[in-house]
Amino acid sequence: MNDFLSSAELDALRLSLEVAARAVGLSLPFAILVAWILTRVRFPGRSVLDAFVHLPLVLPPVAVGYVLLLLFGLNGGIGGWLHDRLGIQLAFTTAGAALATAVMSFPLMVRAIRIALENVDIGLEAAARTLGAGPWDRFFTITLPLMLPGILAGAVTAFAAGLGEFGAVITFAANIPGVTRTIPLALYTAIQSPEGDPVALRLAILSLTLGLLGLLAAELLARRVRRLLGR
Amino acid sequence: MLRVAAIKKRDGFTLRAEFEAPTPGVVALFGRSGCGKTTLINIISGLLAPDEGKIQLDDTILTDTRAAISVPVEERRIGYVFQDARLFPHFSVLGNLRYGLTRGRRRAAKVRGERTPAGSAASAPAVSDARSIGFDEVVRLLGLGPLLDRRPHQLSGGERQRVGLGRALLSQPRLLLLDEPLASLDVARREEVLPYLEALRDRLSIPMVYVSHQFEEVLQLATHVVLLDAGSVIAHGTLNEVSVVPQLRAIVGPDAVGSVLDGVVTRIDPSQGMADLRLGRGTLYVSLEGVTVGARVRVQLLARDIILATQKPQGLSVRNELEGVIAELTPDDHDGVLARVDIGGDVVLSRITTEAARALELRPGGRVWALVKAVSTRGRAFRAPDTQ
Repeated sequence: MNDFLSSAELDALRLSLEVAARAVGLSLPFAILVAWILTRVRFPGRSVLDAFVHLPLVLPPVAVGYVLLLLFGLNGGIGGWLHDRLGIQLAFTTAGAALATAVMSFPLMVRAIRIALENVDIGLEAAARTLGAGPWDRFFTITLPLMLPGILAGAVTAFAAGLGEFGAVITFAANIPGVTRTIPLALYTAIQSPEGDPVALRLAILSLTLGLLGLLAAELLARRVRRLLGR
Repeated sequence: MLRVAAIKKRDGFTLRAEFEAPTPGVVALFGRSGCGKTTLINIISGLLAPDEGKIQLDDTILTDTRAAISVPVEERRIGYVFQDARLFPHFSVLGNLRYGLTRGRRRAAKVRGERTPAGSAASAPAVSDARSIGFDEVVRLLGLGPLLDRRPHQLSGGERQRVGLGRALLSQPRLLLLDEPLASLDVARREEVLPYLEALRDRLSIPMVYVSHQFEEVLQLATHVVLLDAGSVIAHGTLNEVSVVPQLRAIVGPDAVGSVLDGVVTRIDPSQGMADLRLGRGTLYVSLEGVTVGARVRVQLLARDIILATQKPQGLSVRNELEGVIAELTPDDHDGVLARVDIGGDVVLSRITTEAARALELRPGGRVWALVKAVSTRGRAFRAPDTQ
């Protein structure tokens, strides 16, 4: 591996994986919650929430990064509070890159989970109820396991997309080698430098491989879970 | 006693039902598709809230819209066997059964815990509370042993229903609701599941509400019947009583009308496949296979099979002459009359032509002999319920 990739490139690979994984971990619980609210709760502002969740899909990623910078930057309302009270800094950090990636891949995740939730037979939850299962019991023993294929699909897709998040990350977390320079940022940097072509090519091939692996893993996982559920 | 009163309006359909039935026992909610049967048991289960109504099981009020009482479904201790079984696909059969068992035990323990400190016998639990239904008992009763490791998608329709039934029973219910549990099965599978239901009725003292649009199932299982039509209760009472109400004809059709009689086998003639069946008064000599002396048997005598005579007949091959009094004559179709004959407590129905009724000068109060061919019970004899 070291013969093929330089240490800077390995750093980018490691960072991409870390950022994508943290982004998925960060957004998963919220994605499940939002998907559940959008599917099961009828309330007046539902379509507004729906639109809001989908915003990152239609906004320029740079704009999303900029909004994050306004909110979570050291001078931003939330960012300032986090820094002064808890000593947490998000802008220009790996955690910040993960946050930006999480926001960008959030709609993908919500969509996949929502479809999964819509396919869960409410009749099974009613059956669990008649057997004595309260709301949380039902959610964790019936609804959540039956949503699992969708949740996994959503998580893997979000992870694969997160590996390549560019605009929001570079705007909010900047392009710091070893901290926020993920594969796409390293690729961009390589293209900018006069002798970066071989590096850029290697990184492009790396991206392609990762993407393929991610999609294959998603498919295998989905097949396995489907078999487990007997469908 | 199960007391139900409910009004529910939905999409131009109004359910307005009121009935009560003794517990334990099997109450059949019987009527055509779309008459409100499922709506009614969903209201009993709590899955559907009535616009107005009151549901009471023994001394527990489950729903009372006026007093704003509505016990949550999960705390009602009402088992529900769904038409489509609704087994959890991500659990094995064992997992499904355990799902009911663990929550049922917890629920039952909670009820006991609440009652013990109070220490008063005033709110004493119903008989069915005292007894818990064990895992082994249910597995044996429903023949689930060989299925435990299987997944729901590996089961046949009949097996699925049995598992659904077991799961509901293990949740330690005080009342079991069955929503056309045989409707999605073919005839062979029905025959496979029916004996299990019969066994449950006779071995466990859990009251059941059984929804069906098949009168055969009602005949085989029910102790009481609530007849529903277009959202209203048009008759209710014991199966024997409801079997002779005129309104039943419109639902089951003219050929399936007939009184249901419960009796005890007093003599058997195995070589002929015949037996004597003692009714309230009088005895029927009928075709009965596989019964023993002392067995309680239920037979249905179809109205179209019963002949009426105004004099005690002689020289006929008919084996049964039941002497009685005409209680009522109701027109049936354009060319027929349905006669209710009181044979001393029990009632038999006879469908005769208008022409014959006129020629014999039949009228209420008149003495008649109802002639019953011994073979007329063939295929229409069932094990009578022990409860009641």
